[in-house]
Amino acid sequence: QHGRLKIKSTAQQEEEKRKEREKKLKAFVSARDAVLKKRSAGEHDEEALQLTQQLLSSNPDFATLWNYRREVLLHLETLREKDEVQKLYESELHFIEACLKVNPKSYGCWHHRSWVNTRLPQPDWTRELGLCDRCLSLDERNFHCWDYRRVVVKESGVSAEQELQFTDRLIGSNFSNYSSWHYRSTLLPQLHPQPVPDSAPNTSPSPTTSPQFHSHRVCEEQLLKEYELAHNAFFTDPNDQSAWFYYRWLLGRAEREEMISCVYVSREGQRVSVAFSKPVHAQSEGLMLVLDGQPQQVEWRSAHPRFRHSPVWLCDLPPGSISDISNEHNLTIHWTEKHTHRDCALYTGERSAESWCRDSATDQELFRSELSVEKSSVLQAELQSCNQLLDLEPQNKWCLLTIILLMRALDPLGHEKETLAHFQTLKEVDPMRSSYYSDLCSKFLIENTILKMEYAEVRVFSLSNKNLTTLCHLDQLLFVTHINLSSNQLLRLPPQFAMLQCLEVLEADDNAIESLEGLYHLPKLEEVSLRNNQICKLSDLESLASCTKLTRLDLRGNPVHRTANIESELSQLLPLVTDLLL
Amino acid sequence: MSNILKTEAAQTKLLPAQTTETILPTFCLTESVIAAACSRVGQNVLHLDRRNYYAGNWASFTFNGLLSWIEEYKVIILSFSLRYKFMGTYVKFIEDETKAPLTSCQPVNAETVSEETTGDSTEAQDTVTGDDTTASDAKTQNEEHKVSEPKEEQHTSDISEPSQSQEEKDPQPISSPADPPVDVEKKITYQKLVKEGRRFNIDLVSKLMYSRGALVDLLIKSNVSRYAEFKNIGRILTCRNGKVKQVPCSRADVFASKQLTVVEKRMLMKFLTFCLDFEQHPEEYQGMTPCEPFREFLKNKKLTENLQDFVLHSIAMVTQQTLTEEGLKATQHFLRCLGRYGNTPFLFPLYGLGEIPQCFCRMCAVFGGIYCLRHSVQCLVVDKASNKVKAVIDTRGQKISCSHFVVEDSYIRDEQRQSTAYRQISRAVLITDRSVLPSESDQQISLVTIPPLESSAPAVRMVELCSSSMTCMPGTYLVHFTCSSSGTAQEDLAPVVSELFHVSTIPGEEPSEEERSKPAVLWVMYFNMRDTSALDSSSYSLPSNVHVCTGPDGSLGSDCSIKLAESVFHHILPDEEFCPPAPNPEDIIYDGDGPQAEGPGFDESANTEADKSQAEEEGATHEKSPSTESSDPAEMDSVTQQAPSDTTPSSEE
Repeated sequence: QHGRLKIKSTAQQEEEKRKEREKKLKAFVSARDAVLKKRSAGEHDEEALQLTQQLLSSNPDFATLWNYRREVLLHLETLREKDEVQKLYESELHFIEACLKVNPKSYGCWHHRSWVNTRLPQPDWTRELGLCDRCLSLDERNFHCWDYRRVVVKESGVSAEQELQFTDRLIGSNFSNYSSWHYRSTLLPQLHPQPVPDSAPNTSPSPTTSPQFHSHRVCEEQLLKEYELAHNAFFTDPNDQSAWFYYRWLLGRAEREEMISCVYVSREGQRVSVAFSKPVHAQSEGLMLVLDGQPQQVEWRSAHPRFRHSPVWLCDLPPGSISDISNEHNLTIHWTEKHTHRDCALYTGERSAESWCRDSATDQELFRSELSVEKSSVLQAELQSCNQLLDLEPQNKWCLLTIILLMRALDPLGHEKETLAHFQTLKEVDPMRSSYYSDLCSKFLIENTILKMEYAEVRVFSLSNKNLTTLCHLDQLLFVTHINLSSNQLLRLPPQFAMLQCLEVLEADDNAIESLEGLYHLPKLEEVSLRNNQICKLSDLESLASCTKLTRLDLRGNPVHRTANIESELSQLLPLVTDLLL
Repeated sequence: MSNILKTEAAQTKLLPAQTTETILPTFCLTESVIAAACSRVGQNVLHLDRRNYYAGNWASFTFNGLLSWIEEYKVIILSFSLRYKFMGTYVKFIEDETKAPLTSCQPVNAETVSEETTGDSTEAQDTVTGDDTTASDAKTQNEEHKVSEPKEEQHTSDISEPSQSQEEKDPQPISSPADPPVDVEKKITYQKLVKEGRRFNIDLVSKLMYSRGALVDLLIKSNVSRYAEFKNIGRILTCRNGKVKQVPCSRADVFASKQLTVVEKRMLMKFLTFCLDFEQHPEEYQGMTPCEPFREFLKNKKLTENLQDFVLHSIAMVTQQTLTEEGLKATQHFLRCLGRYGNTPFLFPLYGLGEIPQCFCRMCAVFGGIYCLRHSVQCLVVDKASNKVKAVIDTRGQKISCSHFVVEDSYIRDEQRQSTAYRQISRAVLITDRSVLPSESDQQISLVTIPPLESSAPAVRMVELCSSSMTCMPGTYLVHFTCSSSGTAQEDLAPVVSELFHVSTIPGEEPSEEERSKPAVLWVMYFNMRDTSALDSSSYSLPSNVHVCTGPDGSLGSDCSIKLAESVFHHILPDEEFCPPAPNPEDIIYDGDGPQAEGPGFDESANTEADKSQAEEEGATHEKSPSTESSDPAEMDSVTQQAPSDTTPSSEE
């Protein structure tokens, strides 16, 4: 064949390929029909294995065939000696390996492999581990393989230490692999747990600390190494999120203690409000109310029917039980699930209309729990590292965000100005997430404002002119009577707003509020000012009807005034409102 | 004369006479690529080499092969006769280093080779230019080699093997205390090296393949890659103040590096990211001084000294004088190659670089190219009017007509040169007992860049090959040193070698603690090679269809050779595609009209006939040029009688 070779033309090649495909399809379809027929005939023989093998090796995602195969194998198992069963399943493993080469992400294959290993008289876990490592070296993010690997590790008792080294290796070859970072975060607390202090720290106001409290914490010595690892990753590539997420996990692994943060009793309303440190489902948490030593049968309801879980729960006391002003009452809320309780006394005299009990000691801990468990010296050092990176990468969003979080953990009020500036930069460099940053910033501003309340008793609360886009921590404002939300960018008063059980006056002028869902059953609300907002429809005002004391309503500058017969409609909807401005 | 021709023809399958379109002597990379490319598009290619092994200057030798290669050329040179231009002038050795002091750096010069024979008669239309393609001096114009091995107890025996005796007489410039007698059984003796010699594949040139370099692209494009296997270079090292450190160049390296501070990590990554698309940010580098050296630029970029060194010497691999834009381009090239096949930008072919020309030769042969070792061309038949070669006469006196003739630079006599300026490359090859930087895996190929001590000195490049690269026996490392010459190879490289390795000189002497911490040299050889890569067609006065290929250059990659091959190919066949993908075997149609119809030259009887007539015809032309005619038969006689390399058994196969 000297000289120029003759080569098939593209058309010829394509024609050949097409024919090939047709042939394949025909073979596949007929084999499939044969298998399904066999299955419905209940035949469990070698031929079934062969046929399914043919089909599955070209299409390993045919789940029915795997199921059929399992039926056949289970049947054959009963007919054979133990040695033969071992062989049978070993060849099954070889077959699956071949299928995995066709599709390494086949659910059917991986599941079948797990199943085979449970049937195998003598499973060879070392080989399975090797298979996982090979698969992961080809695609380190193959979560099927990660899942399977976890099974193998568990079954074969690989030590956490070896596994940690395994993550070292994977992270070393590519630190953008969050699977390995995550795996690391599950291994470290096992390997280097934080020693549980002998005596409960005195900062804990609750007498009982949950025993698992420290289980996911890592000892400081190891933590410092982990910080360094994360630094190496994000200084090398600050735009890679894996390391940042891991870093966040390192910095903030504290969960807020579960406790009753506040109890409020209103004599007039004969009502009790209880606030928890996190949303709970009162009916299933074993809440018990004891009044003057007598357990009471009460109906707990959340502040808004929308919430199944809520940080605030309300109940009505039996009529007449506390209405006499001359009687003192002692009230205890027991949270039996968490072995905790809180007392509240209702006195006579000047302050007899209502009473509450709240931790002022937790003020400092209120919002920082996420990161504040760490020693502040460590946090300070981390803040320095991040600031160093920020000098080099002033536009890096991960760095900016982490700095904000660190600052909040260290001194939220002292760093407020810098925090706001960083938020501004964040919104500019990452406009896709500007709403997220605005919401986060709103949250922090609200927290700061709450922290600034000198005493928990302060009942007039102003959040005006802070560019708020969202409201949060409303459960902390259980006693507030006057709130000013004017000149922000709020779009709605969310259902959580219904937690402000003591609210009397609401000012929310100059926002973009469309929805008033949260103005719901606020027993003391008398006055609402919503000038210059976006309330359009009469139906948006319906929830106000549940606030039985509302008499003043200012709706000037809202599109709703264009509605026909607005005044008569409104007086029908809100007959008690005597002072209406449109 | 015709008698000789006849016997020759009977013995060897005669080379096709009329059908040859391109003839290439030597199997170096460039020639092999041209051969493959021509053959691929249907040209008849005859590929010859006067040597008895493939790949020419790109060859890989077994240890024994290398030793006999050294020996062989000594023999040739000793029995050198001016007539054997094609046989004996490949490398020029100091005849015997026991006789020649190593310090004499430019001793027997290969220039002596190029001699008279230029008496071309010019009156005739067809001129037979005797020895037009002269095997002038070799690349390795002056090659010294030195064989050394550590002396040990078990091996100071009476075996009087040449290398040992040589070594003892060697005035080693490196003064290092000798080996300790510890670890006796672990030590690898010289005998062991010889015994396991077949496990070595020692390259004459030392290069790596850039993952996105011209060579890799070509291997992929042409499907030639299927003929070879490759291994990643595992790490890039550098040597500063005698200390070997890893150069962080990939993202994973930077992440894992323990020698960089986090801020340095950021600065380095930032800089490298910038280099990736530096053209997009001209304001960053075109600043105030347009001709700013790269080094200054790095300084201005606020890279620490540490980082500047890494970038300059190990990543860009440029000199202190290199200008910014060139430095940026080099860095960019490095980075673009990174991560394609691994954590460094480089690949190395298993079994050595010599595999690569062979792969192209194989492709050429698949498409009908004809190969002949120990066979070369002695004259070109030039058509004076057109100044074109129309045929060649091979070393067996056969005339083969051709339309193009591609030849390696070393065949060109000085008379055909416009300029004889060329550079030299200094090389050293070592066999050592362990890696310069032991790590978890002992099977890594390492590139070590050694910055010059003074800015004027050349940077030295070292490639350390592990046994899994199939170039050395297990338990050893094969180390190549390369730099552009300023003196002899030994002058240039021995100081670096002794800085990194323990070279024992005096038997029985205890090495110092420091020496013992270094890998020991089991064997070393130094030689110089000619670097003709700077020459181009304007450097020669040759017929227009004679194309000269320069030899391997001193750079790390092979881009230069590949680009040259492509440009020669386009000269020969301006309208053809350069190395289009070879079809899959199943797409090739083998039907009835195949070989016979296309290859009439292979009908043997017809061929001999054709040849006879051709020889006669040739004789006729010769008559017109008596001067050459008289010289020719004599030459052929001697070829058949005593060509030494013909009779020397090839150590390769």
